[in-house]
Amino acid sequence: MSKVNAMLQGTLDWVDARFPLTANWKAHLAEYYAPKNFNFWYFFGSLAMLVLAIQVITGIFLTMHYKPDAALNASGVPVAFASVEYIMRDVPWGWLIRYMHSTGASAFFVVVYLHMFRGLLYGSYRKPRELIWLFGIGIFLCLMGEAFFGYLLPWGQMSFWGAQVIVNLFSAIPLIGNDLSIWLRGDYVVGDATLNRFFAFHVIAMPLVLIGLVGAHIIALHEVGSNNPDGVEIKKKKDANGIPLDGIPFHPYYSVKDIVGVVVFLFVFSIIVFFMPEGGGYFLEYNNFFPADPLVTPPHIAPVWYFTPYYSLLRAVTYPLFGIDAKFWGVVAMGAGTLIFAFLPWLDRSPVKSIRYRGPLTKWLLGIWVVGFFILGFLGTKDPAYKFFGFIPGAPIAQLLSVYYFLFFLTMPVWSSLDRCKPEPDRVTMK
Amino acid sequence: MKKFLTAILFAPVLAFAAGPTLHLDSAPDRSSDMAALQNGAKVFVNYCLNCHSASYMRYNRLRDIGLTDAQIKDNLLFTAEKVGEPMKIAMQRAEAKAWFGAAPPDLTIIARARASEHGSGADWLYTYLRTFYRDESRPTGWNNVVFENVGMPHVLWELQGEQVMGADHKLTLARPGKMKPQEYDAMVGDLVGFLKYMGEPVGELRKKLGVVVLIFLAILFVFAYALKREYWKDIH
Repeated sequence: MSKVNAMLQGTLDWVDARFPLTANWKAHLAEYYAPKNFNFWYFFGSLAMLVLAIQVITGIFLTMHYKPDAALNASGVPVAFASVEYIMRDVPWGWLIRYMHSTGASAFFVVVYLHMFRGLLYGSYRKPRELIWLFGIGIFLCLMGEAFFGYLLPWGQMSFWGAQVIVNLFSAIPLIGNDLSIWLRGDYVVGDATLNRFFAFHVIAMPLVLIGLVGAHIIALHEVGSNNPDGVEIKKKKDANGIPLDGIPFHPYYSVKDIVGVVVFLFVFSIIVFFMPEGGGYFLEYNNFFPADPLVTPPHIAPVWYFTPYYSLLRAVTYPLFGIDAKFWGVVAMGAGTLIFAFLPWLDRSPVKSIRYRGPLTKWLLGIWVVGFFILGFLGTKDPAYKFFGFIPGAPIAQLLSVYYFLFFLTMPVWSSLDRCKPEPDRVTMK
Repeated sequence: MKKFLTAILFAPVLAFAAGPTLHLDSAPDRSSDMAALQNGAKVFVNYCLNCHSASYMRYNRLRDIGLTDAQIKDNLLFTAEKVGEPMKIAMQRAEAKAWFGAAPPDLTIIARARASEHGSGADWLYTYLRTFYRDESRPTGWNNVVFENVGMPHVLWELQGEQVMGADHKLTLARPGKMKPQEYDAMVGDLVGFLKYMGEPVGELRKKLGVVVLIFLAILFVFAYALKREYWKDIH
């Protein structure tokens, strides 16, 4: 046995002399000290990595059988659409791979939204973690691009008309808008050229950037160390060996804990994949089981649920400004709604990081913002004439909540410094 | 382009204004009734598969519903030569469009596509196939309650008979067909059951497999949690 051990050690030494394998293992896992008081909200970072892996692996297998071709086959069905059904029927386990990928898209947004909300709760974007946050925002934007490009590929009615509407939004930009939208589509309408370029973006361009950003996100995190639910720096109190008193090695403590999170996540994920892959029409929209038809506009075009809060922001703007179309300002609102998160590190002026030590003002304003985000999301799936309980009109509520959405961020420097905060503890607490 | 987008943005409003809530009858569940699914397949091949293709569905997939290759070949294989071929049709799409105004859609996944907030796709089809009525203002002489001004004539009229729409917007059977109303409903139930099966042949296996996967994950959870507790017992 000792001979085998010696041989393995020799191999490791040989590698370490040429590549910092042991050093990396230690720096990122065995001797990366994470605060010992992570709670429920800290599962979603590792889960986002898991979902990324699921999407990449299932995506590779889907690419082997999918055909990005908008031409009609002999039965009058677009080749792309037919190839998805081919995967669902004739490729062994193709249905499972496809459902994992389609459910994975929604799951990705669920875990990323929860991961971002964790950042909001505990001030994880505050100094010195601004770059982690910015890389994260980059990941979020990339993910939205990835989802948008991928959604066109099944070439169903919603795929087609969703892309048509979104690309048309760019035509609202003054002067260059029309040319820009034609350049994006590669055609005057969404067509084969669009499908092929979206395929290229979806399977290579976006994933490359995404994985690069995830790498940068983690390197930055491991440089400054993780925040925690108390929002206090564990690096301020170290023992004689320079190890944070409240830190524990990521491996094995958080690796075994994250396995529990992974199993619970997979349980929920499997319920959707095996029992409700359409997600009630929210994960796979019913209308998308009709092949794309440029001549038939569906009665109701709504983006998939993860885009609907921003879609509500877009629709909330109905007044032209400075002689430019309302549509343009809607696009600006939608873009600003996604980008505004990036400014959080500089908008938040609170003396404490964590929600645990912040005052009632923060808790109320954030609570209302979250509820508003959900209502905006819900209204984004409905048509503009929707009325709650049949008589409360949704459109003005969406407008009101859109104003609040932005005011929450824009007035943050004021209210975050005014709030009556409690004193932070010196060390983390285990509650 | 601006007009086009305006049209899209307002389309939902118009649709909302025009469309009162659609009442759908709920389709009977035939998912584990092999005899009913086989009957549905027979009706489908005899009445639908002349104008509508099911081009993602291979004949020999019907082994799922308890048929042998020989049975498929002898009883159902009208439009192809080999059981491994998909259910295509001979009719040319361009001609079909000239005859009906729109080429009849492929029906393989129609039961999934017709789902909506009003009900499942099966409910829609079950209601649709039972609510054709006489309307001399239409080129085919037929109209439909859930699919207004549909291009398809009532293909099953010999079986159901002729319904007429009264002033109270209720349908009555003006001339009975070969089947009694209950028999006709049962047959449409079988047909819709088959369409639902064809929409996702793996549907039943998926659910069975899901149970196994969830049991596995539940057991794995016990061990994963025990492992976590063992490692964490000294962390306070």
